[in-house]
Amino acid sequence: MKIGELAEILEAKILADHHDHDFEIPMGGAADLMSDVLAFGSEGMVLMTGLTNPQVVRTAEMAGISVIVFVRAKIPPPETLKLANDIGITLVTTGYTMYEACGRLYAAGLKGLGPVKIENGTW
Amino acid sequence: MRPALKVSALSRSKTALGDMAEDHEITKVQELIYTTRVESVMAPDVIVISPSATMAEARALMREKHISGMPVVEGDRMVGIVSMSDVMESLEKGSLGRPVFEMMTRDVKTAFSDSYVAEVIGRLGPRGFGRIPVIDREGRLVGILTTGTLIQSLLREMDIRYKKKEEEKLQSYRASHIYDDIVSDDTSLVLRYIVDDKDFSNAGKASSGIKKSLQRLRVLPSIVRRVAVAVYEAEMNLVIHTDVGGEITVDIRRDRLLISAVDHGPGIENISEVLKPGYSTAPQWIRDMGFGAGMGLANIKRCSDSMRILSELGGGTRLDIIFLFRDHPVGGGPVGGKRA
Repeated sequence: MKIGELAEILEAKILADHHDHDFEIPMGGAADLMSDVLAFGSEGMVLMTGLTNPQVVRTAEMAGISVIVFVRAKIPPPETLKLANDIGITLVTTGYTMYEACGRLYAAGLKGLGPVKIENGTW
Repeated sequence: MRPALKVSALSRSKTALGDMAEDHEITKVQELIYTTRVESVMAPDVIVISPSATMAEARALMREKHISGMPVVEGDRMVGIVSMSDVMESLEKGSLGRPVFEMMTRDVKTAFSDSYVAEVIGRLGPRGFGRIPVIDREGRLVGILTTGTLIQSLLREMDIRYKKKEEEKLQSYRASHIYDDIVSDDTSLVLRYIVDDKDFSNAGKASSGIKKSLQRLRVLPSIVRRVAVAVYEAEMNLVIHTDVGGEITVDIRRDRLLISAVDHGPGIENISEVLKPGYSTAPQWIRDMGFGAGMGLANIKRCSDSMRILSELGGGTRLDIIFLFRDHPVGGGPVGGKRA
């Protein structure tokens, strides 16, 4: 799914724009627990979250996530925006809840990671 | 052997430079116009004229300032725009002595300074306007946008981005060859980072630096990702759980990476408990920020090739994490030198 399509499906507003709108997002995920993000994050994916602190952007950087969607129309504080602009991570905000944002994207064909089992040596 | 070696070194440096040609400049321009705001491509010092000035005065001003049009401003209000074609019309009609407000265009299309260039670019050019006055959200005239100011600024911006990219490539090229250039039996590169306790807003800086350095050293991307996740968990542990912060050192040899996160307290009471996934002593405010779920060490263990934790209650804690580069040593080529 392209970033442009994603923004359209979520009726989202782009807050920090660092990718071409036809940048291809391979899969999606959602969490409010950053350790979960670090466990399942994969290169280029989109993360749906309700958290807006700067560590969300740091976590995304470390996990290789390129797009963060803030759900329930949340707007991140300026320091989060600044960090995203420094690092080059695209931020968008949508009025939908986490459940519905995920549902809309999944229904439109954006896949998840499949069953994830956290154990040693699963990389 | 010697010439063969030379050729391979040459072809490698060629690929490093070759990457640059792959950039699609057209998408870069598109990206720029979608991400650049009008305020950064406009001319901020606007030459204006009063509506009661004559067309002859307008002509003289345009000539003097080498411009082809300007907003007409009364007090702090923009009432119209007058251009060279209005001057020419006055010349034909012999009305150069008439005031500007009689000849100017009254219906002026403006642009907001915080709009993206993409939103206004279509209005400029041969089939649109020669210039678009730029106003802020309070309606004040803050600048003027012409094809000239636009092209100049976009070219400058592209030049800056290109230079930045080129610099990054050069840094990466230099860093990845450091092991070739140093003469020793075995070279290791040590990076040190200081991590402050409870400094949540700066947490992750060390991990970010480590990730960038490993990318510049051209470590395999899949390994960089594992290291980034592990070291970030370790850094968050220092921020969340220590009294006085700590230090992260990264010891990079061509064949492996050793990361040590060391602090001076408070130490861990029961290590086997801490290693259980889900066990956490993090306070609520940390949990509210999405951390402290007790998955950190499990995650580090999962990402790394080996992990060791040493701690003493009342003393400090040392966490060693090892990653093996296996078939992809840093700096390319076989790992040479003598080994202990």
